[in-house]
Amino acid sequence: MALLEVKNLTKNYGGLIAVNDFELSLEKNELVGLIGPNGAGKTTVFNMLTGVHPPTAGTIELRHDEVYTNSLVGKKPYDIAKLGLARTFQNIRLFENLTVLDNIKIAMHNRMQYTITEGLLRLPRFWKEEARSTEECLNLLDVFDMKDSAYILAKNLPYGQQRKLEIARALATEPSVLLLDEPAAGMNPSETAGLMETIKFIRDKFDMTILLIEHDMHLVMNICERIIVIDYGKIIAKGKPDDIKSNPEVIKAYLGD
Amino acid sequence: MDKKNKKYYLINAIAILVVFLIIQTLMSTGMLNRYISTIIMLICINIIMATSLNLSTGFMGQLVLGHAGFMAIGAYTAGILGIALKTSGMPGFVMLIICLIAGGLLASIAGIIIGIPALRLKGDYLGIMTLGFGEIVRIALTNLTGLTNGAQGLTRIPKIANFTNVYFIMALCVAAIMMLSRSRHGRAIISIKENEIAAESVGVDTTFYKVSGFAISAFIGGIGGGLFAFTIGYIAPLNFGFMKSVDILVIACLGGLGSITGSVIAAIVFTILPEALRQFDAYRMIAYSLALILMMLFRPQGLFGTSEFSTEKTLAFAKRVLSKKGKRDKKAKKGGKS
Repeated sequence: MALLEVKNLTKNYGGLIAVNDFELSLEKNELVGLIGPNGAGKTTVFNMLTGVHPPTAGTIELRHDEVYTNSLVGKKPYDIAKLGLARTFQNIRLFENLTVLDNIKIAMHNRMQYTITEGLLRLPRFWKEEARSTEECLNLLDVFDMKDSAYILAKNLPYGQQRKLEIARALATEPSVLLLDEPAAGMNPSETAGLMETIKFIRDKFDMTILLIEHDMHLVMNICERIIVIDYGKIIAKGKPDDIKSNPEVIKAYLGD
Repeated sequence: MDKKNKKYYLINAIAILVVFLIIQTLMSTGMLNRYISTIIMLICINIIMATSLNLSTGFMGQLVLGHAGFMAIGAYTAGILGIALKTSGMPGFVMLIICLIAGGLLASIAGIIIGIPALRLKGDYLGIMTLGFGEIVRIALTNLTGLTNGAQGLTRIPKIANFTNVYFIMALCVAAIMMLSRSRHGRAIISIKENEIAAESVGVDTTFYKVSGFAISAFIGGIGGGLFAFTIGYIAPLNFGFMKSVDILVIACLGGLGSITGSVIAAIVFTILPEALRQFDAYRMIAYSLALILMMLFRPQGLFGTSEFSTEKTLAFAKRVLSKKGKRDKKAKKGGKS
């Protein structure tokens, strides 16, 4: 069975069908792109996967190990995050007034075990786990070349680094699947090129499975192994980048008749 | 890291003790009269109230306009229990602790009851809801005449609080909030204020932390209320009206939402200020309000913003200044010789 298996996923807002019968099957270590014109329902799919909006119908299953799979339908966003699905947002959502380090430490919340009493009384486990997580955070920042900015406020980072920080924060939850919602939005070509390297690097370094929404076709066509195209909530095409490029349905959706 | 932190904990503990000893000596030698002693105890109580409100409003970012409601629940619970236990003959200190914990627990139950609907409300709407809560508590206390003696207030509460225990309970409460804010649980609470959606997406159980944030804030607020009852010896529903909530909020805001040491300083200033202005009776409130307006105009983030007073940084600063001065002196000497 695939790592993430989505079937018949549907979302209705009153009479409007935002997403209709969406399906997806992600294998481990795949890098898949989800594209479509504005308003096609891409972010709605993400929001259903991460529990922000409950789906009207359908199943979402995330494999835990060889034996167990968890259904994500009806779970809260934080429970889904604990089960191993992490995401970034279309418009950056950082903890702006906290330091870069604290941003990542918050994402490590569930990986620390000490209780509230141990924290209040500063018992040995508090010191041990805090020191360990600080070290892990700094290592993670080092991977993104951001170790030097660990103690500055997140809001003072340049735009490209804020994007990076959001990805780093998502990775700090140790997910099995990473969802990136328009990571290149608002970036200039050279920043986008840097981001492309970063995404490839993450996949190789952390052995990560990635699903990304993106409007930058150059980026999508270059790094994704498979692409799913949706329009008006429906899948209109899926396949390898080269097939998608020449698919008449896709051209019609983007350019009209 | 560990060792360094321990050193500063020790320095802070010693500083707390030194301040206590100075005030205690002044009191026992009679240099501070009863009036001033009571005001010092009220300062301690206001510090407890402002820091506890700072937890829910400053750190968690949830506007609470009914903090006096929690204070009232704590004060009445502790007061009623104190009157009941007065004749039991147990030592005052034990009785005080039992009453305060009971008051805190009942207040924190109220905090949980408030916290659950607060999960669905944000910002001003939550403010209005908590304002309603505060008024409900006040009106309930006025009308439950059998239990609370109604509008006449609860009299003859044993005055078992003295400066020593008020001061150390205050220090304990402030230290607890400080420690909490710098642990993983505290960070989870702060992340709710910063960006709730992002907090959820990285696995922070926002429901749990919001409700527990309210519960802890109410618990400590209840303790503050209990101490108030045992300091003054008389409580009436009017002590815990809307204006009391506003007073606490003003202190927390002016100290800086998100800064505990800021709350402490602001609580000291804004307890002394109205008392010091008493001789200009008619103009007192004008001066007080003017201070608020000026403060908001020139320093809207409060005295400390979200930063804390830190012994470590202060000592480092002092060292730097001293060494510079030393160098300058040396230079001056050299200059003199040549």
